[in-house]
Amino acid sequence: MSANVQADTIITATPEPSATFTPRTRVRRALGNVWRVIFLGSTVLAVVLLGMLLWSILEPGKDWLSWRLITNMPSRIPEKAGMNSAIWGSIWLVGGSAIFSFVIGLGSAIYLEEYAAKNRWTDFIQTNISNLAGVPSIVYGLLGLVIFVDLLGMGRSILAGSLTMGLLILPVVVISSREAIRAVPSSLRQASYGLGATQWQTIRHHVLPAAMPGILTGVILSMSRAIGETAPLIVVGGASQVLFRPDGPFSPYMVMPLQIFNWTSRPQQDFEHLAAAAIIVLMIILLVMNSLAIILRQHFSKKNRW
Amino acid sequence: MQRLPATRVAYEQEIQHLRDNVVTLASMVDKAIARAIDALKTQDVQLAREVRSGDKEINAFRWQAEEHALVVIATQGPMAGDLRLIAAALQIYTDLERMGDHAAGVAKIVIQTADEPLLKPLVDIPRMADVARSMLKDAITSFIELDEEKAREVAIRDDDIDLLYDQIYRELLTYMMADPETINRATRLLWAAHNLERIGDRVTNICERVAFMTSGEFVSMDGGRKKRQRDKLAASASGTSGLA
Amino acid sequence: MALRSTGTTVPTLPAKDNTARTQEETILRLDKLNVFYGNFHAVSNVDLDIQKNRITAFIGPSGCGKSTVLRCINRMNDLVPSARVEGQVLYHGQNLNSRNVDPVEVRRRIGMVFQRPNPFPKSIFENVAWGARINGFKGNMAEHVERCLRQAALWDEVKDKLKESGLSLSGGQQQRLCIARALATSPDVILLDEPASALDPISTLRIEELLRELQTHYSIVIVTHNMQQAARLSDQTVFFSLSDTRSGILVEAGQTEQIFTNPVDPRTEAYITGRFG
Repeated sequence: MSANVQADTIITATPEPSATFTPRTRVRRALGNVWRVIFLGSTVLAVVLLGMLLWSILEPGKDWLSWRLITNMPSRIPEKAGMNSAIWGSIWLVGGSAIFSFVIGLGSAIYLEEYAAKNRWTDFIQTNISNLAGVPSIVYGLLGLVIFVDLLGMGRSILAGSLTMGLLILPVVVISSREAIRAVPSSLRQASYGLGATQWQTIRHHVLPAAMPGILTGVILSMSRAIGETAPLIVVGGASQVLFRPDGPFSPYMVMPLQIFNWTSRPQQDFEHLAAAAIIVLMIILLVMNSLAIILRQHFSKKNRW
Repeated sequence: MQRLPATRVAYEQEIQHLRDNVVTLASMVDKAIARAIDALKTQDVQLAREVRSGDKEINAFRWQAEEHALVVIATQGPMAGDLRLIAAALQIYTDLERMGDHAAGVAKIVIQTADEPLLKPLVDIPRMADVARSMLKDAITSFIELDEEKAREVAIRDDDIDLLYDQIYRELLTYMMADPETINRATRLLWAAHNLERIGDRVTNICERVAFMTSGEFVSMDGGRKKRQRDKLAASASGTSGLA
Repeated sequence: MALRSTGTTVPTLPAKDNTARTQEETILRLDKLNVFYGNFHAVSNVDLDIQKNRITAFIGPSGCGKSTVLRCINRMNDLVPSARVEGQVLYHGQNLNSRNVDPVEVRRRIGMVFQRPNPFPKSIFENVAWGARINGFKGNMAEHVERCLRQAALWDEVKDKLKESGLSLSGGQQQRLCIARALATSPDVILLDEPASALDPISTLRIEELLRELQTHYSIVIVTHNMQQAARLSDQTVFFSLSDTRSGILVEAGQTEQIFTNPVDPRTEAYITGRFG
């Protein structure tokens, strides 16, 4: 603190006294509107295409929709044919694969996110898992054939099918579970550790509940994919005609996409219409599943919003 | 000149303003003392009246400066050295204002003794005023320069004023004992001398404030005169010069 | 400030707090504490004593290691993979930094409150009870929760809605909930990392009042950017800054009254008077 103090000001420039602007507001706004129209056009196009797709299904199929379709077993006579066995088979199959992928996938995700050290090995594993998500589904079918059907001797059973489909959706479940776990803010973890909690206590009581909406969404969306897969099941399971519900893990089975495929391969015109009707049923079930995902997600979100 | 980073520019200016106020007030008081002594020497009643009305300005300026200091405290949150500076400045304003009052007191005496001639040509009283004024000048310098050593040294010079006062006291006492007619004028002169002696004490206060401001420690500088006198006599008697 | 007179006895001012103490008791001692993040030397050679049942404030510019040092005290730096802590953190004479000491046990005795209020997305009751429960609390949980909420000056506001989510409270209330949560494990020491920086001024003052009352039973260490707060609140102030090698160092530690009226180190003076970036 000496006697004479001179301090610099912090401002190093002054506003230009007469800066001029050419705003061209009209032109800019017009340009914006052009883009708006383009985006609107894309939306309209997408909606129209989807509408056309839906119509191509609904048109032939709507007359063949009935309770009979859902309650009856398949038959050579179109008027009597139904997809009951396929519906139950899909439920068992997808249920099984969901359980398998949830358990293994969540466990892997927890280990990779919380316990594993971040080094080249874990990066390598991460890359491989991501790649596996993109492998064509028929490859999984072949894998399932070799391992589950032959090597482990499960035969063409619903267990083998579930496990195969479980493997198919496993990478996606791992990735989405990891994302969900990663999205839990570190402040929550810090609060838990700060109270003297162990790592497992922190994961069990705080991280998992908070990540659950994301994890469940991942599982349910994977299930939506699994329910529509055809190719691997042709390899691993698909008997051509199954007239009963599955009665155990080692039972043969039929799934909806396969049933649809079977009907479309028949020569009769009526079976084409039946197939279309079956597709409508499949889409309705998908819609219900996705709605369930949203409801479950909302429920957990409300409890654990951070 | 020290170039500081450009933080708290307005604050720096306020602190500087505070210091400037001390200097301004001190020069107003210095002028008042000089004029009061001149009026006393020449029995100039007009000048004495001007000094007394000038004291009103000193008072007004002091309150203004004090209010400014309070605003700085409230709005700038001064800490550490700045806080001690403001505390010291507030006290110095008070000391200076009281010194102004003492100068006005001398001026009042001029007016009261106007009809009678001076008892004797004044020598010691103006000398007391000179010492006091030079002490004030140096004390304010030590404030600006944050020089604790200088402040201590100035405080010691109050001894000279005290000695002069004792001298005047004895001299006037002799006058009064010799001729009771002079009692009125002698007493008034004694009172004038007393005012100057109080001015010296006030400057010592200012020196204490400066020491506190720089070191953060409060050191009393009033006492020790007898001891310093003894030390001086002992030093000159034994022929040794210099202290310690 | 010392008062040296010429020999007469001077009456002394009354002591600052009611707890009559003839000497300060040290509860934590940091001895040659160094922290590295990978190769970066973040904190360099910190030696510091922290007094029991007093409030100690860490002040200093951003990035000078105040929070890092704070987090060494309860081993929270263990959660950062690249962090390496050297030196000793002596608590009741025992070095918390040694391998034999379990950080989980440390954190029960030394609690922490963070900058942004982070209550668990659970009920208010659960927020407080959970910490006690996982540490094996034996006794009446409802009473314990009530006691902690009362100590955090929050009970009256939440006693009728203990089942509601902790997140339904206002910012200031959430932070007091976090304080109650930290109290639930019956710690000796509470560490607070800028606890009021995300709050409005009124909530800030309430938290300060709360800390002043908690001081009688707990030892409190608080990191703050707000110098006024440090001056108002703490008994002991520690000033951290950056060395020339951009490493965090302890510049000066002392009684708050002395630091803010007459600091010893010119760097402290420069920081406190704002003549510094």
